[in-house]
Amino acid sequence: MNIIEIKDLVKIYDSTEIEVTAVNHINLNFEKGEFSAVVGPSGSGKTTFLNLLGGLDRPTAGHIMIDGIDLWSLKPRQITDFRLHNIGFVFQSYNLLPVLTAKENVEFIMDLQGWPKAEREKRAKELLEAVGLGDRIHSRPGKLSGGQQQRVAVARALASKPKFILADEPTANLDSHSTENLLDIMEKLNREEGITFIFSTHDARVVKKAHRVITLEDGKVLSDEKK
Amino acid sequence: MLIQVSWRNIWRSRTRSLVVLTAITLGIMAGVFSTAFMKGMMDKRVETAIHTELAHIQIHDSLFRKTAELRYYMPGADVLARKIDTLPHVEGVTQRIIVQSMISSAETGAGVKIMGVRPDDERKVTDIAQQMVNGKYFEGIKRNPVVIGQKLAHKLNVRVRSKVVITLQDMDNNLTAGAFRVAGIYKTSNTAYDESNVFVRYEDLARLTDLPAGACHEIAIRVDNDLNTVSVQQKIKKTTGSLEVMNWKEISPELSYITVVMDQYMYIFILIILLALLFGIINTMLMVILERHKEIGMLLAIGMSRPRIFFMIIIETVLLSLTGGITGIILGTLISKYFESHYINLSMFGKGLEQLGFSSLVNTSIDPEMVISVTILVIFTGIIAAVYPALKAIKYDPAEALRIE
Repeated sequence: MNIIEIKDLVKIYDSTEIEVTAVNHINLNFEKGEFSAVVGPSGSGKTTFLNLLGGLDRPTAGHIMIDGIDLWSLKPRQITDFRLHNIGFVFQSYNLLPVLTAKENVEFIMDLQGWPKAEREKRAKELLEAVGLGDRIHSRPGKLSGGQQQRVAVARALASKPKFILADEPTANLDSHSTENLLDIMEKLNREEGITFIFSTHDARVVKKAHRVITLEDGKVLSDEKK
Repeated sequence: MLIQVSWRNIWRSRTRSLVVLTAITLGIMAGVFSTAFMKGMMDKRVETAIHTELAHIQIHDSLFRKTAELRYYMPGADVLARKIDTLPHVEGVTQRIIVQSMISSAETGAGVKIMGVRPDDERKVTDIAQQMVNGKYFEGIKRNPVVIGQKLAHKLNVRVRSKVVITLQDMDNNLTAGAFRVAGIYKTSNTAYDESNVFVRYEDLARLTDLPAGACHEIAIRVDNDLNTVSVQQKIKKTTGSLEVMNWKEISPELSYITVVMDQYMYIFILIILLALLFGIINTMLMVILERHKEIGMLLAIGMSRPRIFFMIIIETVLLSLTGGITGIILGTLISKYFESHYINLSMFGKGLEQLGFSSLVNTSIDPEMVISVTILVIFTGIIAAVYPALKAIKYDPAEALRIE
């Protein structure tokens, strides 16, 4: 069953001097439980594509249907709320709140969703244990390695119980050991919990693990291979 | 969690926060202390005016206050005075004969107000007897003693036991004069008063002016607490018929205005301090917003709504302002408390102050209402300071913010 249907998606950046077509008539579907990588050289439109999909950037044309809802037909405020409840984000540079501990970072998004304190504390602990950080729940991001921070970010993305997780180059700042570790955790979550992951990457190790590889070039889908 | 995040965010850039906190603390502390200082000075001025110069209530013939003429005396005033003395809350009643006259020494003369008083009654109403710097209050001179202010003594170049001559018009408008000897010299905190008010005994002045027995021009009344002034005044009014019964605020309206006006000045002063702080806080918060551009973008991306982000920045700013503000209020109050029981000595500027009737020894006086107003004003300042940075923050575009390296 498709949870994401992308129809004729176009994004044109219109600066005063030149017009750049970052996403050029993309048509794609994603099914629930996919573990997909969007690859391509820099400038190929990966990040723009993910931003459109995540409701962060408005497309010039086309539609993104998520569970039957046309994302960009929603009002801006509804889109923010939609992101909060339906989309998990993992960023290249982790982007945790430095003033909160690992557990509090995971809790924060549940607090935004209005979870009661006891429940969100319990879930935050469970998620951090699931990403192998059960013993670091009270550490602030500054005291964690890059790999550990990115695992906290994955736990945070999962905390809101999203329909899918978008990860923009999640391993770009990590060493090979941390990358391996993070990918194992993400793959395990995908396999065991059925979490849908869509990530953009350059990283061959990530591509190797992915079950589906979508290659973009000049904003167009060059290939779409399922393994 | 929003409050927790906001509070911790304040301490992210410790030095910067401490700088702005120090500015707020010092500003508010200065504001609170100045207010307490000015209020102390005003309170003291009012207190001096009541206890030395005016008493709480005065009774006159209604024409006397306008003309100050000898003939507008109150016949049978002693009966009225004795009656008033029995009223509750009345601590003392004194009768005064008041004559505008000339006082001259061997060297020079001056126009003054002569008051004929009964020293024992007068002591219960005013505190001139306690402000003697030379000689004693109507003691030591048997015949025609006079008590004069230090400033007048300097002007006339007289000392205790010096002879002075008082020249005045009697009831029949004849010029008459009496020789008096200085028994005591007093000094209040109001040099203008010292220069123009002279005390002699009631009987001596009555004899000199030919005033009928038991009459006087002024009955001055002291009550136990200023809060009872008006009620005692009302009671007296019922028994006095056409006489004019006035409380100190009516006699000297400028004295009660001065307190109100000073209050307004202090609010303006504090508002100016807060205005200066406002820009400091705005500047700090703008830096904060700029520094956290990416972070705010992330929060927007994961689904934190713009109103929530706006609110988060408001909370952070208010917490910052309030931390500095409350520290300032506490410090300001502590310093003011200390000077409630310890004098601030302004004798360096004493001369000028005393000419205006202000004591050069000042105690502070804290007005709890002012402290509460300042706290509320600080919160408002925080909110106002936060609005512009918060509006800027919610205009951030998450996709763009996340691209920042």
